[in-house]
Amino acid sequence: MKIRAQIGMVLNLDKCIGCHTCSITCKNVWTTREGVEYAWFNNVETKPGIGFPKEWENQDKWKGGWERKSNGKLVPKIGGKLRVLANLFANPDLPEIDDYYEPFDFDYQHLHTAKDSKHQPVARPRSLISGQRMEKIEWGPNWEEILGTEFEKRKKDQNFNDVVQKDIYGQFEKTFMMYLPRLCEHCLNPTCVASCPSGAIYKREEDGIVLIDQDKCRGWRMCVSGCPYKKIYFNWKSGKSEKCTFCYPRIEAGQPTTCSETCVGRIRYLGVLLYDADKIQAAASVANEKDLYQAQLDLFLDPHDPKVIEAARKEGIPDNWLKAAQRSPVYMMAMDWKVALPLHPEYRTLPMVWYVPPLSPIQSAAEAGHVGMNGEIPDLKSLRIPLRYLANMLTAGDEAPVVRALERMIAMRAYKRSQQVDGVEDLEVLKQVGLTKDRVDEMYRYMALANYEDRFVIPTSHRAYAENAYDLKGECGFSFGNGCGGGESKLNIFGGSSKGVRKVIPVTMKD
Amino acid sequence: MNFTDMLLFGIYPYIASVIFFLGCLLRYEREQYSWKAQSSQMLDKKYFRVASVFFHVGIIMIFAGHFAGLVIPYEVWSFLGISLAGKQLIAMGVGGFFGVMCFIGMTMLVYRRLFNPRVRASSSTMDTLILLVIYWQLILGILTIFVSTGHMDGYVMKDLMSWSRYLLTFRPAEAIAFMGELHWIYKAHVFWGITLFVLFPFSRLVHIWSVPVGYFGRNYQVVRRRFGDRKA
Repeated sequence: MKIRAQIGMVLNLDKCIGCHTCSITCKNVWTTREGVEYAWFNNVETKPGIGFPKEWENQDKWKGGWERKSNGKLVPKIGGKLRVLANLFANPDLPEIDDYYEPFDFDYQHLHTAKDSKHQPVARPRSLISGQRMEKIEWGPNWEEILGTEFEKRKKDQNFNDVVQKDIYGQFEKTFMMYLPRLCEHCLNPTCVASCPSGAIYKREEDGIVLIDQDKCRGWRMCVSGCPYKKIYFNWKSGKSEKCTFCYPRIEAGQPTTCSETCVGRIRYLGVLLYDADKIQAAASVANEKDLYQAQLDLFLDPHDPKVIEAARKEGIPDNWLKAAQRSPVYMMAMDWKVALPLHPEYRTLPMVWYVPPLSPIQSAAEAGHVGMNGEIPDLKSLRIPLRYLANMLTAGDEAPVVRALERMIAMRAYKRSQQVDGVEDLEVLKQVGLTKDRVDEMYRYMALANYEDRFVIPTSHRAYAENAYDLKGECGFSFGNGCGGGESKLNIFGGSSKGVRKVIPVTMKD
Repeated sequence: MNFTDMLLFGIYPYIASVIFFLGCLLRYEREQYSWKAQSSQMLDKKYFRVASVFFHVGIIMIFAGHFAGLVIPYEVWSFLGISLAGKQLIAMGVGGFFGVMCFIGMTMLVYRRLFNPRVRASSSTMDTLILLVIYWQLILGILTIFVSTGHMDGYVMKDLMSWSRYLLTFRPAEAIAFMGELHWIYKAHVFWGITLFVLFPFSRLVHIWSVPVGYFGRNYQVVRRRFGDRKA
């Protein structure tokens, strides 16, 4: 047994209001630079839809994730090492900037300088790559926001596979939607790491954060294809790939990531998970895709088990990390209550950002007698969001875990409602979904109240002990490679044109 | 002894190699963040695959051919039973084939670099310059094939091989004696070839050093520690 710790995340989709605050704060912190204007380390998609970049879930098209060969071995879907290297000159599976969107800005200054004219002056868009006028913006990071664009286009969503009569969801009365905030999954078995020819991408042993070494990256751009979540972005200016850093400078200081900190719906949870690194390969290679969810659950270790604690101490995992693991909201939601599920486990990357599936309008309809009841709780087959759709997204098509999660959430509501409105304890509803009174009170505290200190249980890294502060004196803090230089010195004879210089075309008025 | 020949083919190569090696070393040591292939594939993929593959395969084979011709001693070839005339024929055939292949790819890449608005706007001066210099050098190289049809006995090739042999063994005075009588096309090709080494450390060409052969030897997964060795 080789115990490692990781900071995992859970997003409670039931409470996501789709406000994009996470995306905006993330962007402001990480990707306002030239070359990554188009990159959203965190973005929020309205589902059903093809998402950002276009059709990212379609792995027949983009070849992300792993493929299990008939001999049981896992090989990146983009190919074995030979094929990866053979494609260095031109990667056939690389998305083009238009699959994301051509970054643009508007000529706001024109509104200030426009001369007197017959028509109101407008700020027209221009490309942030070529600087040229864009006559029409045709795609963006949230183009499908709140069911934007035609259903004909959105129904290419891969989660519709095997959903019966998917065409009826194009009808106004039958339509449904949910939000899906997405970021790097910081997988246990990341394909981006596996497909990097330079070995520049790595997983950190201490906290499981997956990072790209900006100095070692040579820009072979294979990771972009390897990642099935399309969460590695190629910086066209610096020629290197960049990705979500899980805000590691904040995590190391015991603070939540920017997206989590600023989430107004309080849907995000951060906590420590202990797992057995020796079993990763076997777990990712199980034959049946539907077993991947359970296989990943089996990797996680009980932080209360004395044997686990002893083994973890031997591995050098600090005590404050073990304490945090025992209070981890992520462990509770994924392991104890089984309400959080992994995103697309069938990619075999063992993702570590999990999701609580959303309930959809059902309960009021059920109470009005429009929907059948299954014992004490409404029949989930009448959910507005088809179960199959959620199962395709979160459990490789296995509906049972999704049903269990949703039923437990409904039961929690029913129980709290009867307790607080009617003043009675409805233990029957809890029994049906296998919850106890204590447990549901805990669930209520974490999922409904969601206090800050319950949501984020992040141990600080022992940086002060591990590093000699005297050696660090006068060093730079966070920088993009090149030591403190950041490749931006004016006298650089090796670099290209200096960063941050935008070629802007002046606006000319046409009457 | 012609002074220009001495300067261009006896002294310049040594200056170029110092710039080449020292420049690469300094850049690798001091400016890792700038060490990259700088692909522009994601900005415009149209016809990129055929262009880039033709260019790269062509130029790698041409490089291998020049290595075989200029660095491997000709005694090795005669030992293998390849006569000078035969060697020239092989060089013309193989070099011509991959030269044309490379030319097709490069023509597409040059066009893309100069006339695709996205690629052009994101190119540095050196990005464009190095491409044009290689293009020019490729055209000169293809032209030498036509010139060499005038002397199929292989002795011009032997002169060039002797030049590089004496140069590589630090005897420039003897080396340049082989350059004097050559057609100006050869001289131009040699001069621009040496110039490529001068430009190399300052351009994206440095990615050639980083051919990721290590990928074959490593595990798929890479795990690193944040804080050095484990401490109690």
